[in-house]
Amino acid sequence: MSDLMKVSSNPHIRSKVTTSNIMLAVVIALLPAAGFGIYNFGLDALILILITVATTVLTEYLYELAMHKKVTIGDFSAVVTGLLLALNLPSSAPWWIGVIGGIFAILVVKMLFGGLGQNFMNPALGARCFLLISYTSIMCNFECDAYSGATPLASLKAGEEVNLLNMVIGKTGGTIGETSMIAIIIGACFLLLLGIIDLKVPGSYLLSFILFLILFGGHGFDPVFISAHLAGGGLMLGAFFMATDYVTRPVTKKGQYVYGIVLGLLTGIFRIFGPSAEGVSYAIILGNLLVPLIEKLTMPKAFGKGGERA
Amino acid sequence: MKQNSAAERLVNGLIKENPTFVLMLGMCPTLAVTTSAINGLGMGLTTMVVLALSNMFISLLRKIIPDKVRIPAFIVIIASFVTVVELLLKAFIPFLYDALGLYIPLIVVNCIILGRAEAYASKNGVVLSLFDGIGMGLGFTFALTVIGAIRELLGAGEFFGLRIMPESYVPCSIFILAPGAFFVLAGLTAIQNKIKLAGERKGKDMSKIQSGCNLDCAGCGEKGCSRRLTDNVKEKEGNNG
Repeated sequence: MSDLMKVSSNPHIRSKVTTSNIMLAVVIALLPAAGFGIYNFGLDALILILITVATTVLTEYLYELAMHKKVTIGDFSAVVTGLLLALNLPSSAPWWIGVIGGIFAILVVKMLFGGLGQNFMNPALGARCFLLISYTSIMCNFECDAYSGATPLASLKAGEEVNLLNMVIGKTGGTIGETSMIAIIIGACFLLLLGIIDLKVPGSYLLSFILFLILFGGHGFDPVFISAHLAGGGLMLGAFFMATDYVTRPVTKKGQYVYGIVLGLLTGIFRIFGPSAEGVSYAIILGNLLVPLIEKLTMPKAFGKGGERA
Repeated sequence: MKQNSAAERLVNGLIKENPTFVLMLGMCPTLAVTTSAINGLGMGLTTMVVLALSNMFISLLRKIIPDKVRIPAFIVIIASFVTVVELLLKAFIPFLYDALGLYIPLIVVNCIILGRAEAYASKNGVVLSLFDGIGMGLGFTFALTVIGAIRELLGAGEFFGLRIMPESYVPCSIFILAPGAFFVLAGLTAIQNKIKLAGERKGKDMSKIQSGCNLDCAGCGEKGCSRRLTDNVKEKEGNNG
């Protein structure tokens, strides 16, 4: 019987890459940033990360149980959402901020739109913006035992000097996971080497942002100013881990470049001309909303349909 | 309950064809002024007065108003009542006038009022039209007050201005901002649909709780409320030809 042919429809060649593999790799890639955040901000950060991740996973589990759907927490996507959200919270935030944010991210942004692959907006960023609007004073309170005073970006906006070396290493105030450029780059390189993300979106994002700074930043081509903007705030975390989210970025190649450029311009506008120092999260969720339009405009022509009619 | 009795009209407006949760009409004031329960209540009652009076007058004049200019005629009647109510509010309840602001003159273009004039008052008797207006107005008031109360409770921790949440509750201020209105409206509509579906599953007749016209959408072009509009278009085409 063993020489019977197995007849099946295509695809006949399957890769070993699965959703849970990819998500697990993203979790591993986020660990350096999370680890540095815990080292930097202490036990508060660890507790907040654990609470947020537990909430996202539990919310997804309970929702799927209540709706009689297949339980999908094994694909680690809820863990990624929880971890990303926690890295976007200040370490001084009380525990219930993580719980409300986690529930909003999974329940409202992700599951109500149909679960993984159906959400129109990055769940972690949607929840961050929800919290930022609802609890502005808590979300913008970066005071903790280790650091006090304004974040580097806020000082930069006020025209003060910043310590660039500390910003690159991450020894500054800010949200748990955004401070260390080095830790984020290590994680991003891991994902780039595995081929899980590529440089299309982050590259065009960062380049267009730098170009915007040179043209409109008010400092001309000033390497210190530009590096400070790159290292400060959530730009690196956003560019490598949130703008590259498979679900909420365009699927077309050309579209991904367009998307990156749109994000760069929006971030530049928010940071330079906006009232607050940071603008990465709003830029990315606005970019998410433009994705269907970008995809429509950059849809490649099917073979045989091409050729402009004269 | 007898079809088309005064009591039936009241229940119809309040529950079966609730303008906000079932007909989805008048969304602009629903989303914009319900930042607190008192604002929702005030807006609802103001609209109800205009709705009842304009329904009554349009029903009185329904045989005099020529079909072709009925919409401008309805608007004139509605706008007159809105002006009266606006001046009264300004004189006697100034705090509500300040809170509602621009949304009082906008009652003129509230689609519930024009919708009831077109769909009910212009075809039915005076008393029934009056009660239809009151019923619809009560439904609108009920919906706005509930939305306003929920938003006020979550967004400010208060209920009609009284602090009732514990001191440790930090208000989630998004609920008194624009996005909160959408969250609450969507949530309440979902609950309403859930109740309806559960009722249907148990075999109760839920056909009354549905979109405003009691016809299915397929037949609407010929029989439903768009009939008069299409008739006019045809007439015009005939004239041109």
